[in-house]
Amino acid sequence: MFRQLSASSVAGPIFLGLFAIALLPWYMLQDGFFSFAWLSGYPFEAESAPLLSLIFQGQKVWLVPLAAIFCGLLLTVLIPLRERQRGEWVFWLSTAGLVYALVQGFAIGIQGWSFGALNASFGELTDRQFGMGYGAVFALLALLLSMAWGLSVSGRVQQDPFVTGSLALIIGVVGLFIFMPVGQMLLLAFKGDGETAIWLTVLDRLFDAKIWRLQCLSGAGQCGAAWNSLGLAVAVGFLTTLLGLAFALVLTRTRTPLRPLLRSLSLLPVITPPFVIGLSVILLFGMSGLVTQMVAGWIGVEPSRWIYGFSGVLLAQLLAFTPISFMVLIGVVEGISPSMEEASQTLRATPWRTFKTVTWPLLRPGLANAFLIGFIESMADFGNPLVLGGNFNVLSTEIFFAIVGSQNDMARAAMLALVLLLFTIGAFMLQSIWLGKKRYITVNGKGDSGVHPDLPWAIKGVVVSVALLWTVFTIVVYALIVYGSFVELWGRDWTFTLKHYISGFKVLWTPDGVLWQGSAWSSLGTTLTISLIAAPLTAAIGLLTAWLLTRQNFVGKQAFEFGTLLSFAIPGTVIGVSYIVAFNVPPFELTGTAAILVICFVFRNMPVGVRSGIASLSQIDKSLDEASMTLRATSSRTFLRVTLPLIKPAILSALVYSFVRSMTAISAVIFLVSAQHNMATSYIIGRVENNEYGIAVAYSVVLIFIMLAAILSFQLMTRGRNIGRRGMASTDSTLASGVP
Amino acid sequence: MKVNRKSGDAAVVLNQVVKQYTPGSAPAVDRISLQFDSGRLTTLLGPSGCGKTTTLRMIAGLEMATSGQILIGGEDVTRLPATKRDVSMVFQSYALFPHMRVFENIRYGLEVGQLSAAEINERVSSIMRITGLEALGDRYPHELSGGQQQRVAVARALVIEPQVLLFDEPLSNLDAKLRRKVRQEIRDLQQSLGLTVIYVTHDQEEALAISDTIVVLNNAVVAQVGSPRELYEQPRTQFVADFIGEANILPCELTAGVGGVTVTLGPMRFELPSVTGRQGAGHIAVQPGKIELRSADQPSDGHPNMPGTLSKVSYLGDHLECVVTTPLGEILVHTPATVTPLTGGTDIVLSIPPSAVVLLDD
Repeated sequence: MFRQLSASSVAGPIFLGLFAIALLPWYMLQDGFFSFAWLSGYPFEAESAPLLSLIFQGQKVWLVPLAAIFCGLLLTVLIPLRERQRGEWVFWLSTAGLVYALVQGFAIGIQGWSFGALNASFGELTDRQFGMGYGAVFALLALLLSMAWGLSVSGRVQQDPFVTGSLALIIGVVGLFIFMPVGQMLLLAFKGDGETAIWLTVLDRLFDAKIWRLQCLSGAGQCGAAWNSLGLAVAVGFLTTLLGLAFALVLTRTRTPLRPLLRSLSLLPVITPPFVIGLSVILLFGMSGLVTQMVAGWIGVEPSRWIYGFSGVLLAQLLAFTPISFMVLIGVVEGISPSMEEASQTLRATPWRTFKTVTWPLLRPGLANAFLIGFIESMADFGNPLVLGGNFNVLSTEIFFAIVGSQNDMARAAMLALVLLLFTIGAFMLQSIWLGKKRYITVNGKGDSGVHPDLPWAIKGVVVSVALLWTVFTIVVYALIVYGSFVELWGRDWTFTLKHYISGFKVLWTPDGVLWQGSAWSSLGTTLTISLIAAPLTAAIGLLTAWLLTRQNFVGKQAFEFGTLLSFAIPGTVIGVSYIVAFNVPPFELTGTAAILVICFVFRNMPVGVRSGIASLSQIDKSLDEASMTLRATSSRTFLRVTLPLIKPAILSALVYSFVRSMTAISAVIFLVSAQHNMATSYIIGRVENNEYGIAVAYSVVLIFIMLAAILSFQLMTRGRNIGRRGMASTDSTLASGVP
Repeated sequence: MKVNRKSGDAAVVLNQVVKQYTPGSAPAVDRISLQFDSGRLTTLLGPSGCGKTTTLRMIAGLEMATSGQILIGGEDVTRLPATKRDVSMVFQSYALFPHMRVFENIRYGLEVGQLSAAEINERVSSIMRITGLEALGDRYPHELSGGQQQRVAVARALVIEPQVLLFDEPLSNLDAKLRRKVRQEIRDLQQSLGLTVIYVTHDQEEALAISDTIVVLNNAVVAQVGSPRELYEQPRTQFVADFIGEANILPCELTAGVGGVTVTLGPMRFELPSVTGRQGAGHIAVQPGKIELRSADQPSDGHPNMPGTLSKVSYLGDHLECVVTTPLGEILVHTPATVTPLTGGTDIVLSIPPSAVVLLDD
């Protein structure tokens, strides 16, 4: 499609559009496209008919202008015109088509006019329409691309059609799948109940005692969810930063044998579903936990539920997020050129003075960054508070219970999501301001020889022992998960058993073929399929965005950059809520489909693609692109022939990490799963809520091993390919992406 | 190779070109008007930050001029992107595609044209022969030496037969000895194929050695345009005199003289033809090689002269570099190394032939 576009021919998108209106079912199909049940009534039944068939039968007459627009676009191709003039025509026709298609989609829904005002001015509408289907979606895409083409060819913008097309596509999908749903959610948060005055309802909702009360300070009960979230996030941000710094120092400034172990442990959170740590904490400190029972046996303390609450969630989040802070800080610590510290030493400074006057000030911006990342991660975490929270309510779980519980109050969920969003976006803004202004460490590509000096002995002692403790604890936590999956009933019956694996993953070989009898197969199959579909889409959109950000200049680039980065700071629960709000009704009716899960993963994981793309692209000299341009190559050819082959490792890493993140995601998908499309993580959470820890833990072990296999094979692949090229983006930067 | 247009026609014309990176800031290139002749090698020379690379990139289409007009081969290309301009460029870093073999790099620019596979192969092997790369076609760029990489970059730019070939400091990544050899190769290639070349460098020696014409840029504007000899021997401003060579720039007094101007330089007087008729304080430039030294007791050679003290002598192989302290300040003099050995601290006489004195505009 893009190649044709850039070959200064707009025929590609226009024919795509004609194909969409003439052949593809215009509306969404009840049984899904790939069931092909719709073929029986095709092309005349209204449910499955393409646009042209509909209007020739005299139905949905409001679609006639769209058909007319596409005829107009076809004419611009057939009539000999000067290129600029053709660009003008294509631009105006497609823009009009795009606007009209969206307006009719929002204005006419399943009950005729969607807004009362329209009833009044145009009269009752007897007909109605469902959500957009493949026909409508491809027609929209065609209009978007031809609009971009027109924009370039008419000379309104400097960029060639490939660049404008990519930009339009990214702005279009990010707008549709991030900003529109979040916007609709905000509207809902400010919606009245129709009885009392709107502002009263809204204020009541916003200043709900359950969000803001401060009773825990006086010792008379629980604080509101907002304060809980905030306190937890500050504690987690602070402690993960300290721990992460300790590990980074151990790795770079000491010679303990712990170092390789620390490196590999840092991989764990990537391949662990976030709530699994919480599970293990329960196995240790819960009512029937190992430690609880041991302590009870020794000193006779009654087992209590103390772990359910702030302390438990804090412990689980520390275990889960310290490695992320470590990955951020190791870059900072390694980035400090040893020659600066050596310079300080040659100026007769003691190790302590060197640390205080040189190393520490250079570390500070990195520490602030790590703190904010830990803060955002904790705010957005959903799995651990759900498993371990008990009466300790945080915003992300409150949102969930506002929707699934007996309350079923979407407006309240939307308001809670808004509060959560304000916190994370605030932290994100601080982070960008801080990083934007204070960047001491610049990588200039020149080899900087020299070795980091040893730490002062006092600091060294502290960091090494902290790292040792943490390492032991982490190993225990993971060992317990594996062990727990093999025992009859945790805390009561320690006999070895395979029954959890059998009940989850039993396979029967019958004469009729393989029978996947285990209860986990269905959700595992769905998870794998959806993650595998989402991964290439994520990589494509992410890398294209990274390429636009690093290689192209266009009007509004800063706004574009800010918009894409901002979308990274939206917590999963917020996305989940906003997707139910926005995609439950036409024109984009997606809830309950597999498509909404794929879309959710693509846009939740887009940062992975963008970051690994930016890391990789910024290591490739810009003059390569320029050389290609002066050799008559268009930007699409440059992208395909020069850029893509050079960022192969980034593509791979984006593929693998978006796959892994999809497999472990819980916060957004828990709102979007359906009976038909259940996901592994939400299945596990369901088992935990039923106190079926055995199968939950066994399933988690299987997931961890699948992802370990994915990551290890990825590392093998990149190691083999990295010969004789410039230094490619390290996977570390992707791992470290602090994305809620 | 394609036969170039008649030598001497303007291949590239810049008309009042301005480049401003951010509105309101000082322009990187300020109203430059230039003509680059066909079949000749023109150098853009100047210190870093003078706007020479920006000018080159605007000709290539990698930067868009803020205002003004750029013509290539008579066609207005001011708004055209790089892809559509009939130029190609050799980059400072060479910008060879690291994932392509040498012949793939060279072939890259031909793949979008209308040529058949046979024609492409013929052009690629012909350019590889000309640039002496026949044996290296299957290598990857990182398997080549710096000089070889440089030749691949030239071959890749040449093979698409552009109207104009642009070089952006192509020698800065080579060591001193190789630099001399490669610049001669570039010059030979340019002359034998009659190429139109625009060449950016900050190295005045390099510019003098290879150029037909040199454009000296300073602070975003053109300081002087001329052949290497003109610039070296007739610099017009203090900046050019200082930048090209190591000329002594000395303050002087100008008064009306017989049929021209009388330049008073300390105890010395020179009668020069005046171009501007300017009077009052001024500056002259004198190349260090044109000044003669003799010991105080030797007879005068008739040229204006003044006394001085030899304060420093350095032996540089083919000549001696002497610093002479005079009432006018320190003056740099080059004398043949064969002259009777001079030692620091001796009193000498320094004489300047009137033909060596260049009256500067500022």
